[in-house]
Amino acid sequence: MELAQSFVAQPLYKRLKLADWLYAVLLVVAAVQAWRLYNPYMDGYEQAILAGSAVGLVALGWFWKSWRWFFPLSATVALLGISLYHGELARGQSAFWLKFLLSSQSAIMWMCTLFFLATLVYWAGLLTRSAMLSRMGSGLTWAAAVMGAAGLFVRWYESYLIGSDVGHIPVSNLYEVFILFTLITALMYLYYEARFATRQAGAFVLLVISAAVGFILWYSFDRQAHEIQPLIPALQSWWMKIHVPANFVGYGAFAMSAMLGVAELLVLKGVLKDRLPSAEVLDEMMYKAISIGFLFFTIATILGAMWAADAWGGYWSWDPKETWALIVWLNYAAWLHIRLVKGWRGKPLAWWAVIGLLVTTFAFLGVNMYLTGLHSYGGL
Amino acid sequence: MTKNSRHSAVYKLYELFSSMRFAIGLLTILAIASIIGTVLKQNEPYPNYAFEFGQYWFAVFEQLGLYDVYHSGWFLTILAFLVLSTTLCIVRNGPGFIKDMKAYREKATDNSLAAMKHSVVFDGTAADPETLRAYLRGQGWRWREHQRADGSLVLAAKKGAASKLGYFFAHIALVVICIGGLMDGNLPLKLAEMVGSVVPETRDIPQSQIPPQSRLSTSNLSFRGNVTVAEGKSADVVFLNSGNGYLVQDLPFTVTLKKFYVDYYSNGMPKLFASDIAVTDKASGKVTEAQVKVNHPLIVDGVAIYQASFGDGGSPLTFKAWNLDQPQMQPVPINGVSMAAQPLRANGKDYNLEFGDLRVFNIENMGNKNADTSDKSLSERMQDAREVKHDKQLKNIGPSVTFKLRDKQGQAMEFHHYMAPIQQDGVSYLVAGVRSKVSEPFQYLRLPLDEQLSLDSFMRLRATFMNPALYDEIAKRTTAKAMQGSAISPAMQQQFANSVKWILGRFAQGGFVALEQFLDEKVPQDKRQAVAQTYVKILQGAVVDVMDVADAKAGLKPVTMDGKRYRFLLDSLVGISALHDYNAPVFLQLQGFNQVQASGLQLTRSPGKNLVYLGSLMLVIGIVLMFYIREIRLWICCMPGSVRLAMSSNRHNRDLDADFRRHGEAIQQLVRGK
Repeated sequence: MELAQSFVAQPLYKRLKLADWLYAVLLVVAAVQAWRLYNPYMDGYEQAILAGSAVGLVALGWFWKSWRWFFPLSATVALLGISLYHGELARGQSAFWLKFLLSSQSAIMWMCTLFFLATLVYWAGLLTRSAMLSRMGSGLTWAAAVMGAAGLFVRWYESYLIGSDVGHIPVSNLYEVFILFTLITALMYLYYEARFATRQAGAFVLLVISAAVGFILWYSFDRQAHEIQPLIPALQSWWMKIHVPANFVGYGAFAMSAMLGVAELLVLKGVLKDRLPSAEVLDEMMYKAISIGFLFFTIATILGAMWAADAWGGYWSWDPKETWALIVWLNYAAWLHIRLVKGWRGKPLAWWAVIGLLVTTFAFLGVNMYLTGLHSYGGL
Repeated sequence: MTKNSRHSAVYKLYELFSSMRFAIGLLTILAIASIIGTVLKQNEPYPNYAFEFGQYWFAVFEQLGLYDVYHSGWFLTILAFLVLSTTLCIVRNGPGFIKDMKAYREKATDNSLAAMKHSVVFDGTAADPETLRAYLRGQGWRWREHQRADGSLVLAAKKGAASKLGYFFAHIALVVICIGGLMDGNLPLKLAEMVGSVVPETRDIPQSQIPPQSRLSTSNLSFRGNVTVAEGKSADVVFLNSGNGYLVQDLPFTVTLKKFYVDYYSNGMPKLFASDIAVTDKASGKVTEAQVKVNHPLIVDGVAIYQASFGDGGSPLTFKAWNLDQPQMQPVPINGVSMAAQPLRANGKDYNLEFGDLRVFNIENMGNKNADTSDKSLSERMQDAREVKHDKQLKNIGPSVTFKLRDKQGQAMEFHHYMAPIQQDGVSYLVAGVRSKVSEPFQYLRLPLDEQLSLDSFMRLRATFMNPALYDEIAKRTTAKAMQGSAISPAMQQQFANSVKWILGRFAQGGFVALEQFLDEKVPQDKRQAVAQTYVKILQGAVVDVMDVADAKAGLKPVTMDGKRYRFLLDSLVGISALHDYNAPVFLQLQGFNQVQASGLQLTRSPGKNLVYLGSLMLVIGIVLMFYIREIRLWICCMPGSVRLAMSSNRHNRDLDADFRRHGEAIQQLVRGK
């Protein structure tokens, strides 16, 4: 009897350690402080989003322990940058630490550099079978994620320095969401890397991130897209704060699943077979990524429909972006049915996940480039 | 026999429609069909399609409903099949799933347990059912027990039955969403159009004259239409696009636009669109007043009113019309209304003057337009990449209006006139654009303004240029000055004066182009450069005298010549020359306006919305339950001297391996006891 007692499943609150509680307290204090500072400028929905984010971030930290240091660290770096501004945007070009590290653009350029380095190091680790190099790859990816998150936070603050009517959360145009995309993809990969105790797939996932980083650099240097623009009336809504991030969890997960699909196909062909994780592990990572991506993509599409009902006069207008979101959704719905009901595994599903990335990329980028519609503010 | 085979045929159809491959096939077809409407722009005016595809393909595509794919019969049929397939899938699998959710399978035979992938037998001499029960309870399992005939005890436990519930949620959700969407769709309207009880109107006629078969009553369940209301005006209908025409939807209330607001950021991007409206119920007379803006609709009686667009609602305009063909005439005032047409008679010819929209703000980037990145150094590029705000010289250059002047033959020139003086390099100009084709960009000409910022001096100068009767006087003055400066010898006096008169005449007829044409035709190539320079010099000298003569004739005091004055005269030469390409008998100078704005409102009634939201909520709950609740079953079979542990799950993945290992170790420890 006593022995059986020792196997009693502990309720969640008993499994939490001191660090979990400290993290939770820290986040609650931060949320309360944010509320005290800014509540006169927030409407009821935005206050609810603030409260919801605090609860969500605490839950995320309890669920994924690495988040407990990642989020506070990113926030600290961001706050350091913000404190150096003294309320003057021009200091971003004169104050040393801002100019070279902490202004949003500098932080984002560091993020880009670190992602490129991480890609190289992951590949080196994969090819030389060096666990140490692969660990370094993870470390660099974490560092890039910290700089990216901090960069976005600082950018949020900078937008208010340009003008109190200009300020907004940095998820409003293609440049900003690309940063969000690299960040979310990297973080999701890091979660699965730890969960499946395998670092070799990083070489593949980081490739898609590097491609996105290449785009960010081109977009910034050639098109000056990094300039902060005010929000047009259609985007002035609290819906944006939840619709866009939810969508990018979906896009990030789908992109990751495609790269895992590539890795699985190579393993099945016998290429890099002895260096990469087994096809079964890759297959399962891919499934996990698609299922979380599908969930968030569904939520994002629903939130988008609800926003459209407020902004465009109807929850569904068959706008090209909406229609392509539906196509992406149908694609992965079919993928999941085939896997879960028909029990398919391996090659066909891996190919399908790779093709899924093409569909997703078109929905994300192609629609903005080639088709016109209500979502045109995301244009190139 | 026949009955039986019919029964089996129906059953086969039922089997097909409820099958997975049918559902997957439908998902794929739906995805592909959806692409069409994103590639081909939907609901454009039909002539655009006819122009793009040619008459034959236009007709074919029209038959296929490609101009409004998502409301075409075949597309709705695919959707209907998807709903049918999903419903049948639920009907077919539902009962089994419910049974499965309730069952513990405590009667599983030892053979079937042994056949499971996760199955193991321990030595279990000390197996105590009570300990095992405590273990299961502690781990949060629900279980049922069964005493087999051979005396062994089976504890059949399970967890995560809600996973199956997820299936029901997600699939019923789809049906609910589709029903909600169908309620808001225009299926009844399409049917009415097919039967012929509703006929879209294709003519452009006043709303009051539209026949009843093109009108929809207020009892219409759902609609989505647009109406444009000018400030101070009202509307009690909206217009619905329908194929090649439109329908008129009567509203249960009247919407009055009291005021429309538009606000811009400092960089010219729009910041706010808002309408102050009053909604008066037709039956009760109750008035609801509110401001609608983008993202903040007003809902009255289940009809949502949105800010959709805005425009010019017909603003009264005043112009000063300068007669270009008879430049000595004084300008006359002309009144007009933007977005409206009126006849205009000039120099004995009739024209139609068609005003476009009045734009009160025109924010332009006055900075270096060639901010090309290609010639920047690396450090400059790095600097740019670091800054989230780039300084631009943005400036509001004031109101502008567009209009077309159409002659009897239907040929039109389009003009774009600014009202306020535009400063360039410290000099003020009036800027006017002209083009003959809509596809071309406007060609802008700059007419210099005098000290009083008026066109008077320029027009006076031009009138004098156009008046050959004054050439003698001008030539006399120019020649005298040339003599004074010893630029010419007395012998050449008469010849020089003739040259001046000739140049004035040629310039008055066709500007610089006419002079150039003469050079090309009559002067040998090797001398052209020198002759051209002489012409320009003479023209630049003479223009001073033209101005003096013009001023003297107008009874004005002579103005002392200085750099600014001379610059004005040179700019005037360019302006006079450019007016030859203006191709209009009059120059309409915008003098004033009284802005009347119009607001484009979208009104919708969508009773299915809440059903769609309910379905969406169910869908999310369903997906979470299906993916993140694992249904696992565990059997402990206490046999004499041994214990069998078996586990199964609806998902075969590594999680089950881990669980099996964990439970195996724990139970092994328990049954060994002590």
